[in-house]
Amino acid sequence: MKMSNPQVFQIQEISAHPGPVPGLGTQRAVQVCKYIDVTTCIGCKACEVACVEWNDHPFRETTFDDTYQTMPSTDWNYWNLIKFAEDERDGNLMWLMRKDQCMHCEDPGCLRACPADGAIIKYENGIVDFNQNNCIGCGYCISGCPFDIPKFNQKTKKVYKCTLCSDRVGQGLEPACIKACPTGCLHFGTKHDMVQIAGLRAKQLQEHSGFANAGVYDPQTIGGTHVIYVLHDINNPERYGLPKDPVIPPSYTYWKWLAKPAGLLMAGLGVLAVFFHRVAVGPRLPQPEQPAPVESQPDPIEAKRKEQP
Amino acid sequence: MSSSVERFDERARREADRVGTTVVRRGELLRHPVYTRVLHWLVAITFVLSLLSGFAIYSPWLFKFLTPIFGGGAMTRFLHPWFGLAFEVFFLFQFLNWLTPMMWRESDRRWLKRIKAYTTNEDKLEPADVGFFNGGQKVYFWAIVLSGVLFLITGILLWFDDIFPRWLVAVSYVIHDLAALLMLAGFIIHIYEGTAAAPGTFRSMINGTVSERWAWTHHPAWYKAVTGRDPRESYERERRRQSDRERAIQEWEREQDGRDVP
Ligand code: SF4
Ligand code: SF4
Ligand code: SF4
Repeated sequence: MKMSNPQVFQIQEISAHPGPVPGLGTQRAVQVCKYIDVTTCIGCKACEVACVEWNDHPFRETTFDDTYQTMPSTDWNYWNLIKFAEDERDGNLMWLMRKDQCMHCEDPGCLRACPADGAIIKYENGIVDFNQNNCIGCGYCISGCPFDIPKFNQKTKKVYKCTLCSDRVGQGLEPACIKACPTGCLHFGTKHDMVQIAGLRAKQLQEHSGFANAGVYDPQTIGGTHVIYVLHDINNPERYGLPKDPVIPPSYTYWKWLAKPAGLLMAGLGVLAVFFHRVAVGPRLPQPEQPAPVESQPDPIEAKRKEQP
Repeated sequence: MSSSVERFDERARREADRVGTTVVRRGELLRHPVYTRVLHWLVAITFVLSLLSGFAIYSPWLFKFLTPIFGGGAMTRFLHPWFGLAFEVFFLFQFLNWLTPMMWRESDRRWLKRIKAYTTNEDKLEPADVGFFNGGQKVYFWAIVLSGVLFLITGILLWFDDIFPRWLVAVSYVIHDLAALLMLAGFIIHIYEGTAAAPGTFRSMINGTVSERWAWTHHPAWYKAVTGRDPRESYERERRRQSDRERAIQEWEREQDGRDVP
């Protein structure tokens, strides 16, 4: 999605882009953040509908698999999904509902993995956005993402995901899902403010609601995210289907940015090596060598001169 | 090798020889029949296409140079697995065709031991036990076999990476690259050895023939097997023949104008 407001959308990182990012450092954008309080989510799916509506996704078939979930996972044209998990607390049923969508990672694994120049862009405000015009449909981003977010469209051979409503944010509006939420469990603002409010909420849960382990999910293994959660139990994010310590596969970090260029360099050196082998050692000719024509036979005078310094 | 494969190879060679021709002139030996030559170039072309389209996606520094060749990034991504698959298929036939001469032997171990002498051209003639392929060629062949298997497995995983587990794809990504680097290293050496490093080699893949001198120099045991002559003796005889001729020419020149040639 193309942004209109350069003050909110200074590009910070570009996938597979050799060289500097144009305009980087000329201005500083405010860091945006979505804060989701799972403890007040009622599973109404208003945000799901809002997302489909705003992004003009067609109504589509869903998959019923004996849960309240609309479908098993997000899809290329269904970016926002409430995940329902049945859990236990003090011997009673505890229903966990979490709004699943792109986390807009500070260190985005999708962008690290992408081999196409400009297919994935990270703005200084923290939004990670896909540009399908540049996407080559390799699907590497899918394996780079710790949250299983990018989804492949078999028809267009491109990958899609939540944009954090960059088109709305660019116009100074909140994301559509935020606007639709009836309980106020979704918030949007600067990262600083959201972390602050989420922290207060977690403290409240600890002190007044008996959730001693309540806390803020903002995983530092990937530098934090621009979508943060308050969870009842921060020690077990897996209960909500969130990885405890999300990581980007080393294939897309160390291998891609260290070992790969090294391999390329070796290949270049290899070409030079055979070239200089030819220059210095020379070819292996069929033996006995056929006498060269007189004019190209070694000159006896020059041959003597070679021995002198 | 099972006899059905051998029968298949035999038939393929015969059929190819019916369509194509190989002219063997005096002082030459047939090295590669039509079937082998055609296969070699099919493998080579599909390999280069795979290499270029693969390296376009391999590194951000090559992306913008190499993707336009194939009509943009998305097209490159689309074509690469098909190039790769074509390579795999053609190489499979070459694998069967060459399996017997590529079998590893004791003499190949000895060849590898003196690889330093080989690269520095220490000896003008190869050791007498070097057969149709030398140890280096066999190493390259088996490296391609290994890479080919790795390419195929990891390639399928990467082709349909939207359905395979994340870690499996991430591991395949690295292995596919390693196989490519191994192939590239071999490829550079292979081209050099087949052209500039050993004159007279390249035509064996075009015309199918080599000179006898080439044969006793680079593959003496093979020379002996096909001609029944001893490579060392043939070499000495050729040397004598050459110096005799030189001397004859010099004498003739002296007679002609009574002057001494230096
Ligand atoms: S959640 Fe996945 S798709 Fe979203 S920014 Fe992070 S790595 Fe990329
Ligand atoms: S599929 Fe994903 S990784 Fe591949 S080019 Fe598109 S955005 Fe980049
Ligand atoms: S931010 Fe926008 S695109 Fe993302 S889930 Fe919410 S409504 Fe959908």
